[in-house]
Amino acid sequence: MKLRITAFAAMAAIGLAAAPAKAETFKWAFQGDVQTMDPHGLFETMTLGFQRNIYEGLVIRNEKMEMVGALAESYKNIEPTVWRFNLRKGVKFHDGSDFEADDVAFSVKRLSSEGSDMKVVANLIKATKIIDNHTIDIITAAPNPILPLQLEIFYIMDKQWAEKHKAVEATNVKGGDEGNYANLNANGTGPFKLKSRQSGVKTELEINSNYWGKVKGNIKKAVFTPIAQDATRVAALISGNVDMAYPVPVQDWKRLDDAKGVMPLAGPEARTIFLGFDQLRDELLYSNIKGKNPFKDLRVRQAFIKAIGVEAIKKKVMRGASVPAGLLVAPQINGYSAALNDRPSYDPKAAKKLLADAGYPNGFEVTMDCPNDRYVNDERICQAAASMLAKIGVKVTLLAQTKSKYFGKVLAQNNYDTSFFLLGWTPSTFDSHNPISALMACRGGADKLGAFNLGGYCNPRINELAALIQSETNQTKRQSMIDEAFKIHKDEVGHIPLHQQPLSWGVSEKVKLVQRPDNVLDLRYINKN
Amino acid sequence: MFTFILKRLLQSVVVMLTVALIAFSLFRYVGDPINNMVGQDTSLEERAELRERLGLNDPFFLQFYRFAADASVGEFGFSYQHRRPVKELIAERLPATLELALVSAILALAIGIPMGVYTALRRNGFLSRTFMTISLIGVSLPTFLIGILLILLFGVILRWLPTFGRGDIIEIGWWSTGFLTASGLKSLIMPSITLALFQMTLIMRLVRAEMLEVLRADFVKFARARGLPTRSVHFRHALKNTLVPVITITGLQLGSIIAFAIITESVFQWPGMGLLFIQAIGEVDIPVMAAYLVLIAFFFVVINMVVDILYFVVDPRLRIDKALANGQ
Repeated sequence: MKLRITAFAAMAAIGLAAAPAKAETFKWAFQGDVQTMDPHGLFETMTLGFQRNIYEGLVIRNEKMEMVGALAESYKNIEPTVWRFNLRKGVKFHDGSDFEADDVAFSVKRLSSEGSDMKVVANLIKATKIIDNHTIDIITAAPNPILPLQLEIFYIMDKQWAEKHKAVEATNVKGGDEGNYANLNANGTGPFKLKSRQSGVKTELEINSNYWGKVKGNIKKAVFTPIAQDATRVAALISGNVDMAYPVPVQDWKRLDDAKGVMPLAGPEARTIFLGFDQLRDELLYSNIKGKNPFKDLRVRQAFIKAIGVEAIKKKVMRGASVPAGLLVAPQINGYSAALNDRPSYDPKAAKKLLADAGYPNGFEVTMDCPNDRYVNDERICQAAASMLAKIGVKVTLLAQTKSKYFGKVLAQNNYDTSFFLLGWTPSTFDSHNPISALMACRGGADKLGAFNLGGYCNPRINELAALIQSETNQTKRQSMIDEAFKIHKDEVGHIPLHQQPLSWGVSEKVKLVQRPDNVLDLRYINKN
Repeated sequence: MFTFILKRLLQSVVVMLTVALIAFSLFRYVGDPINNMVGQDTSLEERAELRERLGLNDPFFLQFYRFAADASVGEFGFSYQHRRPVKELIAERLPATLELALVSAILALAIGIPMGVYTALRRNGFLSRTFMTISLIGVSLPTFLIGILLILLFGVILRWLPTFGRGDIIEIGWWSTGFLTASGLKSLIMPSITLALFQMTLIMRLVRAEMLEVLRADFVKFARARGLPTRSVHFRHALKNTLVPVITITGLQLGSIIAFAIITESVFQWPGMGLLFIQAIGEVDIPVMAAYLVLIAFFFVVINMVVDILYFVVDPRLRIDKALANGQ
């Protein structure tokens, strides 16, 4: 079997050794399109990952996912609330103009314009102070030890270019003239230039011959096509019409193995899939138990986690490619703790006893909300969980729907309309603070945390810890706070972590590339021969 | 004639308004667009604010009124997903769909009519039976499956044809065409066959049935008795008399070729309006969905009108009836 699963997939190298560089065109396909070329238009991994080939931030992750300087040569926390960035000299934007400190200040300002979807990043920054043309201070309201980490997806745009093309504000979903130019055009400092763009159809990039750094790959031209249909995408790969396609349905891996010249490439994604339950309402919205909420009882939650066999899900649903999880964060995430990642063993008998102790010897009925086109085999995971719960007497009615309907139902705007659900999460900062504050903290408080805590799990200590973790600069202390939060959440079964889902790419054997755990393809590291 | 066209145009406005109204009332069940427009870290306040800015909190009839008022001056708003004017998007995608539909319609007619005539004339011939069997497959297999099978055979196994997209295109003004490049033409083959197959078999069966009917008619017998050449009897007399229903069906089918190119376009990632629409459904891109549906309704109305006008050309009786009715 050609399929390789890297144990710790920051990087996976495949194929033959790289040939001497020659003009190579790399073609690839993804299930959806890059939504905009505007680097401040949409805070989404795929879109930002694509833009990273064109635009650059102050810092960047290299092929090993280590944080290194990009437009900043070095950076330092000179005061608790001040980060100083020494900018790289001699860097030019694609249109030839110089990169300077005022471009950084301008981009920070652009982050908080009306159309920006990156206001959460803008909110991290209180002010900027230009020291000289190549030095800038970023000032935060409170000490922030992980600011550079959080700024990795903040890309710099040229001030003059934006002013010239009336793009000083981020592209607005609502429309209007402002910002539109940057939606279809791009002018970054990155290794690739945007050559043409037809949204939803095709985007072409070409190498930036004046790039300041050294590019390790040999790609000179790259053509991206979104192909929504799985069958068409896989056929395009096997027939050699594209060099790489993703995601490939897990059930098609064997087909790629059997076909000549292509192979599946799998690795654990940094996305954790988990189940959650409504622990806030006094009566569940979708259950036959009236007058009380069974999920408020710890024993019921413990019964659920014991009743769901993640190994069986891994084997039967995920073709052996998922990594069972005990935490809501993956090993690649800053703050992960291997010691806390164990999970209670699969034990339906003990689960049934726990349910009986809680007063439900015959189980109960509950409706489960599940997306069917968002995560790898999401609906089938829910079906498997439902049949496992049936064994302890819990009758699960599955409501699986398309992601727009699913999120429209369960998220805050619809008042968290769910009793039992499946969700997946990749911390955009690759730091544990993000899931602690978004998924685990009590929701609805003045601190505005817990926005994606769909089940309303609540332990006020976690909110306290979230605030402390945010500003703690001592790494050891910070880690022990993260551990404490994870431990509380785990002991109280706030959610049921299932697994890290697999990345599922299909690649031609002619190319050698790096598979990042956030499902992003970086053109810098592609060699084709 | 002029009043006839004017009347039809007025009717089309009513049809389009109705389509828009029904479409709008359905959009509420498609899902929530906001989550497709923001990242996971966007705060609840910002989401709520965006919803307000887009007017999604307004009552249904206000939203509909705003859409209808804008549409009446040719404004279809702004795509949530593409962040561009819908007008621009449709103009960009229209050529791809029309070229595909045109080629498919020509294929369907150019192959369907002769096959229909042939199977009617040589009812029991071997070739006729083969055509009939093939046509059964064409009618019964879903478009999706035909497309996938073609891709598998000619794209993956034989590697003769590209499996997706439009190939290289050439821009002529605002129109983009794939007719002028080799890769563009090669890319057209599989999608157009996929799209044409159903219509082709339908036309073939229709022509065959009509021909069989007409060939039994007295005037054909008399034409034969008059000693006219067989070719003339079959084509000038018989075929021409079968054309009225064929034109009706073809016209309606042309509308559905354009409208239902959705499936073919998504199988072949053909960058036309159908693909735009299907992507819009996935992302709950309401402005695009609304504009597309109204446009398709408009196409149907126009095609129907053209069909009605063609009746006059083909069927002399209609012209005479009209003349008599006008007392001339």
